[in-house]
Amino acid sequence: MSMAGYETIIGLEVHCELKTETKLFCGCRNAFGDEPNTNVCPVCVGLPGSLPVLNKKAVEFAIRIGLALNCEVKWSNFHRKNYFYPDMPKDFQISQYDLPLNEHGSIELPDGSVVGITRAHMEEDTGKSTHLGGSGRIHGADASLIDYNRSGVPLVEIVSEPDMRSGVQARAYVAELRAILVAVGATDGRMEEGSMRVDANVSVRKPGDPFGKRCEIKNLNSLRSLQRAIEYEALRQVDCIEAGERIIQETRHWDEAAGRTGSMRSKEEANDYRYFPEPDLVPLSPSAAWIEEIRAAQPTLPKARRQQLVDLIGNSDQATLDLIATVVDRDLDGLVFEATSAGAPAGLAVTRAANELDADGVLPSAKSFAATCQMEATGALSATQAKAVLAALTESPDADPKEIAASLGFEQLSDDTLASTVEEVISSNGDEWGRFVGGDDKLAQFFIGKVMGATKGKANGKAVIALLNERRQN
Amino acid sequence: MNTAHDVASQVRSGEVSAASLLEQSFAAIAARDHELNAFLYLDHDGARATAKAVDEKVAAGQDPGPLAGVPVGIKDNLAMRGVPTTCGSKILDGWKPPYTATVVERLLAAGAVPVGKTNLDEFAMGSSTENSAFGPSRNPYDVTKVPGGSSGGSAVAVAAGFVPVALGSDTGGSIRQPAAFCGLVGYKPSYGHVSRYGLVAFSSSLDQVGPFTTTVADAALVTQVIGGHDPADSTSMPDGYDDLLAACGRGVQGLKVGLCSDLLDGADAEIVERVRQAAAVLEAAGAEIIDIAIPELRLGLSAYYLIAPAEASSNLARYDGVRFGLRVEREDVAAMNVATRTAGFGAEVKRRIMLGTYALSAGYYDAYYGQAQKTRRLITNALDAAYEKVDVLLGATTPTTAFGFGDKVADPMSMYLSDLFTIPTNLAGHGAMSVPFGAASDGMPIGVQILSPGRRDDRLFQVGAVVEAGVAK
Repeated sequence: MSMAGYETIIGLEVHCELKTETKLFCGCRNAFGDEPNTNVCPVCVGLPGSLPVLNKKAVEFAIRIGLALNCEVKWSNFHRKNYFYPDMPKDFQISQYDLPLNEHGSIELPDGSVVGITRAHMEEDTGKSTHLGGSGRIHGADASLIDYNRSGVPLVEIVSEPDMRSGVQARAYVAELRAILVAVGATDGRMEEGSMRVDANVSVRKPGDPFGKRCEIKNLNSLRSLQRAIEYEALRQVDCIEAGERIIQETRHWDEAAGRTGSMRSKEEANDYRYFPEPDLVPLSPSAAWIEEIRAAQPTLPKARRQQLVDLIGNSDQATLDLIATVVDRDLDGLVFEATSAGAPAGLAVTRAANELDADGVLPSAKSFAATCQMEATGALSATQAKAVLAALTESPDADPKEIAASLGFEQLSDDTLASTVEEVISSNGDEWGRFVGGDDKLAQFFIGKVMGATKGKANGKAVIALLNERRQN
Repeated sequence: MNTAHDVASQVRSGEVSAASLLEQSFAAIAARDHELNAFLYLDHDGARATAKAVDEKVAAGQDPGPLAGVPVGIKDNLAMRGVPTTCGSKILDGWKPPYTATVVERLLAAGAVPVGKTNLDEFAMGSSTENSAFGPSRNPYDVTKVPGGSSGGSAVAVAAGFVPVALGSDTGGSIRQPAAFCGLVGYKPSYGHVSRYGLVAFSSSLDQVGPFTTTVADAALVTQVIGGHDPADSTSMPDGYDDLLAACGRGVQGLKVGLCSDLLDGADAEIVERVRQAAAVLEAAGAEIIDIAIPELRLGLSAYYLIAPAEASSNLARYDGVRFGLRVEREDVAAMNVATRTAGFGAEVKRRIMLGTYALSAGYYDAYYGQAQKTRRLITNALDAAYEKVDVLLGATTPTTAFGFGDKVADPMSMYLSDLFTIPTNLAGHGAMSVPFGAASDGMPIGVQILSPGRRDDRLFQVGAVVEAGVAK
């Protein structure tokens, strides 16, 4: 299997659940994980005679998303998408069709590539089916249970242009999109809980040829699945073509365990959704003033936040950019800026924030975080010790790092003690020392390890290297 | 039975109790409804509790509301908590809504006493009640004749004297046509004036709830109670209507009445004659009668029979056997859906679901649904232009008087034509009223129809009251 001579064309559809208090068309609670069928009312289970009333907060979130994706926010309306499915109570979905709220946007990815956004429209979520027995899918199940708590939860569907050319780029797009959606406060972006769901349209072609037939891949529950599924699917299509077969336009299911896509044999492709304007709702026509009000209140977006950190550190090599991306992605840049103002070296603060802090857990106070970074920078703590102090700070965020270091037994080694330990290690490892002096630099790690062992990890690695080099040159 | 006005004032003064009025209602129903089949369900316990509460308020010196003690029939496509709501369909047999329609809530708050649910063509699709899964209702003037439809049960309930007021719904004439056939006032409010929350949808962009009464003033009284903005209905208009009761006494001096040939041509000669007499009554009262033609109105029927079925095909998708009503068990869910819908829906409902599905299908949408929407706009524009010249339009409500059972069942098109004069109002979202004006030589009632521009329903009451007074002379 090889992609030689072919390129992959990828367009993504991302469904994002909005983090509103209530559902899109009724007052029921919008919450994940509650007892099944407790957040329901006549509207969201589609009882005869019930009518939808649009949630203004959901529209505000949708507009925030549109503005963040550089879309035009427009006069729009709702349509009914008609098809039968048991977890869709009205047997139609209220969605948007030819007049979506947001159109013609774009996202710039961290690598500088730009992906076009076709549209970002509003729609309601369905209920959630659980199929008992059989394969876990509806066909062949012994029975199906339906939870309508999710029915009517507001969604924004973000449709990209077919602008991506690799699984890696698609993954970067979803990561960036997720970061933007979380930054504007519209969603919690949890792919595992299904609050962000990605479908990938994948085709292959020889460069310069027109687009090939595409397949839509569903069940992509993580960034890793997304990339793997796209890479698998592209290879599968190339193999088909090379074997002289034709690609059938179809929906395919990603099997994470088996690591392959399989045909869903769904009749969905043949569905005629009979879209028509939803007569129970009036057109959605946000005023220019309201749109401007929302625009003015938009938070700084991830791209700009990353640039702020690049400017702060004054370094933009790839390793640093990766760390910065992690910091922004985890919403730790605020802490880094505060710590830097409190005296922490910016580069070290970014590194430690990216690698040591748990954004979902308890974070150290900016003051304590700054003090720890400073202690590490001045050699008062080794890297290992600094990490241990940061871990301890998640227990008591405002504690004094000096006291933590002391309580962990991280009293600083005196220069004399360190020097004499280094001498002892050199004299008891004469052969290795000879080779190190002879130019075998790899042995530096060996000596550092020995010194660390002898000092129970209290030695500062940088100081040890300095001593070793000093001795070697003399 | 007396008018709602009379009943309410007697109850409020303590002269008559709501409880005794209700028992009179039940007695009248018990005496004759086995023959007429106006009611599908009588809410004996609920109604008695409501009446008792009204009487207690009167005894305590509190105001029980403008419809105090008035027994009301409720078309069985309006939800009442805990009360069976069938829409005249087997597919909903046994379903009890967990909530109450806004209009019924407002009736209750005004002291009215809903006595039960009235018969209708299945899902309000029909013009005779012959499409009810629970048997047709019969016209009290001649039980061999239909009462009209789809709100036939409500019309019969008032015409037979069971209740002074009944609610219906009008999608293409379903209040006005049975009102005309049964000698009643039937009013379809401007779209958005009365909440649809709790009205089981047939065609959402056309449906509107309204009253059957014996007088124009009663129609105003009831509409003032059930009308007005409802935040639960996104298509509900803001408040700001004129006082409809006051409009009843305003007279028609100087009003320009368009006698519309396209609301007369094709009607029986006796009906045309009655409409001309009504025009003469208005002229004598000071109105100016202007002959007017609006040929676009003729296009209404074909547009309606694409738009209404298209919306219905979607609105009726939810009767799938999954959550409520009938379920016919099968080995998988898709087969269960098909078996349930096949067994649960009657022939006319199936016909319209198929028509509507077709009209919305890929490749046909533009030619059918899209074209129908353009026609709808054309009709609305033509009416707007007419209202530049006249204040209201006058015509027939129906082309014929009540027809016999089975006369039109075999030919759906002839049945559809009975709504020819009423449909344009629904397409335009305007208000219209049928006012009884004498009878044909066979004794069957005749209705004249008054049409007004959207949100100027006050003019219907102005004109209707004068026409009503004129018929007595």
